[in-house]
Amino acid sequence: MAAPLPTARTNPFDPPEELRADDRGIRRFTLPDGSLGWLITSHPLAKSVLADSGFSSKMELRKQVVARGETRDKETGKPPVDGMFIAMDPPEHTRFRRQLTGQFTVRRMNQLQPRIQQIVDEHLEAMAASGPPADLVAAFALPVPSLVICELLGVPYADRADFQRNSATALRLGVSDEEALAAVQSLAGFLAGLIERKRREPTDDLLSGLIENGELTDRELIGVSMVLLVAGHETTANMLSLGTLALLRHPEQADALRASETSVDVAVEELLRYLSVIQFGTTRVATYETELGGEGIAVGDQVLLSIPAANRDSGQFAEPDQLNLAGQTQGHLAFGHGVHQCLGQQLARIEMRIGYTTLLRRFPTLRLAVPVADIPLRTDMTIYGVHELPVSW
Amino acid sequence: MIKADTNVCIGAGMCALTAPEVFDQSEDDGTVILLTDSPTAEQLAIVEEAVNLCPSGALSLG
Repeated sequence: MAAPLPTARTNPFDPPEELRADDRGIRRFTLPDGSLGWLITSHPLAKSVLADSGFSSKMELRKQVVARGETRDKETGKPPVDGMFIAMDPPEHTRFRRQLTGQFTVRRMNQLQPRIQQIVDEHLEAMAASGPPADLVAAFALPVPSLVICELLGVPYADRADFQRNSATALRLGVSDEEALAAVQSLAGFLAGLIERKRREPTDDLLSGLIENGELTDRELIGVSMVLLVAGHETTANMLSLGTLALLRHPEQADALRASETSVDVAVEELLRYLSVIQFGTTRVATYETELGGEGIAVGDQVLLSIPAANRDSGQFAEPDQLNLAGQTQGHLAFGHGVHQCLGQQLARIEMRIGYTTLLRRFPTLRLAVPVADIPLRTDMTIYGVHELPVSW
Repeated sequence: MIKADTNVCIGAGMCALTAPEVFDQSEDDGTVILLTDSPTAEQLAIVEEAVNLCPSGALSLG
């Protein structure tokens, strides 16, 4: 009997021990509904499946890999709102992605640097004024990417309490299907109202631009904006907080980064690899008969690519369990691979580069305010990280 | 010779991030623009890396 996907961790940084890649890199695991799926832990196998259009991302074909990891319509198995392009295949997916990619280019994101620096500075000054101590998640890691994505999309930041709560509920394991669906519908209602207002009175932001282009229906725009809003703050927020914890636990490497002896560009890629916050990976469904790592894959088979395992594959990375910020990490899969590779990755990189370095320099004596064992880990969330990070200085 | 297929490209920007002297992105849809199709000997290693990192398989070297 194959085991279910392991989720328990023995320390804040390493994936569950059972996820360690073996020589084969593919094994059976048991899905929550009792059926068998394939778990891929090998970096090259994961990369090849993500690049293969014969493996589908459609939500109505995919099963849950952990108890309640996704919110779906009970009748159809599809996402509860239109426009969720992360749950589509080409050519449908392409129609959506093409509307967005011009907005997230390397150049466009670089142009946001001064504003992101300003947002980071303001939050760190406020933290300095009210502490020590402080919860780094509440004071810095969550609000910075939330405000950045709000400004980019044109979502009022004043409404953050509601959308942050609904987004967290939808991504929490163990909530009921009804509770998760209610959170998604509440978020959809909020975005529908916003889109309606922008259609009447356009503003200078990404959402108004999408409305003006006229390629997407209002119902599709709800799903598109939901993906961007949720992905835009949950992921980066957790990288900022968990990345800070990793820096505090590796003080010599943090000092080198603070002193610019280590390239922040290189350091960010290594933190992405080492921490891999998309902790349960991504699932694809085989649409043709094939072979992976010597195993026969049948049409309809559920294939889970474990990003944390692939990013710790010793066949791909020398000393994968060591954090080496100067180590020139190349080819990690933290942003995925294939046509669904993270749309916002260039924004996330800039937020992290500015976020980590400014934090380290503004607080040269930054330290944990509690024992590391007391830090609440997000093993109960779709996206890994820490719930709180009490710090002092 | 570098070849870039803009029909396949998904505008992730890995090439423009990795080798900005060789690759750019369209202002309209973010798809790849080749600044040169004949990389110099010094550029070859970084171009190979960009081809390897490309998530959509839009780039090839031949």
